[in-house]
Amino acid sequence: MILKKIFNFYIDGFKEMTPRGKKLWVIILIKLFIMFAILKYFFFPDILKDNFKTDQERIHHIEQQLIITNTNDTLNKN
Amino acid sequence: MEHVNWELVDWSRAQFALTALYHWIFVPLTLGLSFMLAIMETIYVKTGDKKWLKIEKFWLRLFGINFAIGVATGIILEFEFGTNWSNYSWFVGDIFGAPLAIEGIMAFFMESTFVAIMFFGWNKISKKAHLAATWLTALGTNLSALWILAANGWMQNPIGMKFNPDTMRNEMDNFWEVLFNPVAVNKFVHTITSAYTFAALFVIAVSAYLLLKGKDKAYAKYSMLIASVFGFIGIAATIITGDGSAKQVAKYQPMKLAAMEGLRSGSRGAPLIAIGKPKHTGDKDLTKAVADDFKGKDQLDVSIEGFEIPYGLSVLAFNDPNAFVPGVNDLVYGNEKEGIPSYKERIKSGKISIEALANYKKAKKAGDAMKAEGYLKTFKAHFKDFGYGYFDGHDMNELIPPIAISFMSFHTMVILGTWFLIFFPLIFWAVMKNKIEKKKWLLRLGVLGIFLGLIVQEAGWITAEAGRMPWVIQDLMPTMVAVSHIESAGVMLTFFLFFVTFTALLIAELKIMSTTIKKGFNN
Repeated sequence: MILKKIFNFYIDGFKEMTPRGKKLWVIILIKLFIMFAILKYFFFPDILKDNFKTDQERIHHIEQQLIITNTNDTLNKN
Repeated sequence: MEHVNWELVDWSRAQFALTALYHWIFVPLTLGLSFMLAIMETIYVKTGDKKWLKIEKFWLRLFGINFAIGVATGIILEFEFGTNWSNYSWFVGDIFGAPLAIEGIMAFFMESTFVAIMFFGWNKISKKAHLAATWLTALGTNLSALWILAANGWMQNPIGMKFNPDTMRNEMDNFWEVLFNPVAVNKFVHTITSAYTFAALFVIAVSAYLLLKGKDKAYAKYSMLIASVFGFIGIAATIITGDGSAKQVAKYQPMKLAAMEGLRSGSRGAPLIAIGKPKHTGDKDLTKAVADDFKGKDQLDVSIEGFEIPYGLSVLAFNDPNAFVPGVNDLVYGNEKEGIPSYKERIKSGKISIEALANYKKAKKAGDAMKAEGYLKTFKAHFKDFGYGYFDGHDMNELIPPIAISFMSFHTMVILGTWFLIFFPLIFWAVMKNKIEKKKWLLRLGVLGIFLGLIVQEAGWITAEAGRMPWVIQDLMPTMVAVSHIESAGVMLTFFLFFVTFTALLIAELKIMSTTIKKGFNN
């Protein structure tokens, strides 16, 4: 009963919305589509999540990035 | 680190700065306007006077436009963490994840629920219930900011965590220490009160525009009255917390303070430059100094010339006119007398920490627990300088923030902030004395105020973020280590994609807003 009331509250709100309000919702939907369906999907992979299967592999990769390269450089110079 | 792809680092930084600065156009208006709406609606509910309902509904329309256009623009920053800053994202672990998750849940449940009630609830729920929803929207939006700023505060002053060498990430040791980090608390209050100031400037600018056009005079004047009081409280709190912020910068990020003031050599009783401009020891002019700032060059040769307030900086930083304020040279080369280690020593210490971590890993892999424990002890002892180790063999300029940019953004913020402290009482006085309509110059200044407010908002972030370079996490992780090893061309491409997308959104907002403003309160 309460859920139905809440549902109707939103439905009525959208139905009674002014043309400006509807225009804003179109902008919001276009923006969310660009962000999640285009930018996130095509241009923003989660590097660690996508390139490595386990946390152990991720830890190994970070070790390479944060310490191995640097200590090698240091050792080479010395 | 021998092979740093600076093009990648610079484009990643530029992209983050671009998205953060665009995001921050929408956010302060939401933070401040939500509270002003709550105040206006409270007056309406208390007095039952319909004019306040009309005023409330006009500003609610503008709030809605800004909220709709700005919503979710911050999510882009999270995309960037995963793609451009993956080393950083792993290294910060749950310190960043926890506050951002709480922010996400809070923003979703509190804001989306109560904002909907604010817009759809008129005549459907009682006046008092609607008022409660308006106040809860204001609280919800402001509490969302708390979590983000707690995460940012941790980056400026990393506390409440322990680094786990086995997982290579920081783990939260004390949630409350992270949340009540003095830098985070001060930053939160400073940021939201500056947002209130900005929102008040917005209300005054729109009202001044309507008064100049001779439209809806009474409503515009009542709006100005609320905004001038709200804005004055906002700017006063911003200045007080700004003072607190300067003290924290002096304590935790002394190089940032030196850059903000362009202080080459420190001294006791250090003066504060009230107005000045960056100068290069060579024959470079200001433009060249700024251009070099972007390239991270020649910072050691930059100084500031200008009108000084004696002892001002020592008082600002330590509340003591005779306190020693270190300059860039003291921090880079060290100052034995004042007990400041040189960057050379810190680099050496950081290098020991990195090497100890590498040896700990090797010993652990070889099953030598005793050796591993010894290396771990060494690592922990030098961890405070961990990030400096990456600068071994690098140019010292890389450890100095952009001085000309830091100086100018800081002083722009201070000068305009001081002006707002005078401006709000001036507006209040003119409205109360019923002189505001005749004072066209003041109305024009009122319209200009929104642009000045925007400059201050962005200048504040530039001071905070450019001033802490090269660190993404103070003293622990520099930008060059934090970036993912990806193609810089890809980052460059998405930089321009964002630029186009965000500019289009901003144009849409401005267009819809200006149409709504022109229609006035009687729409």
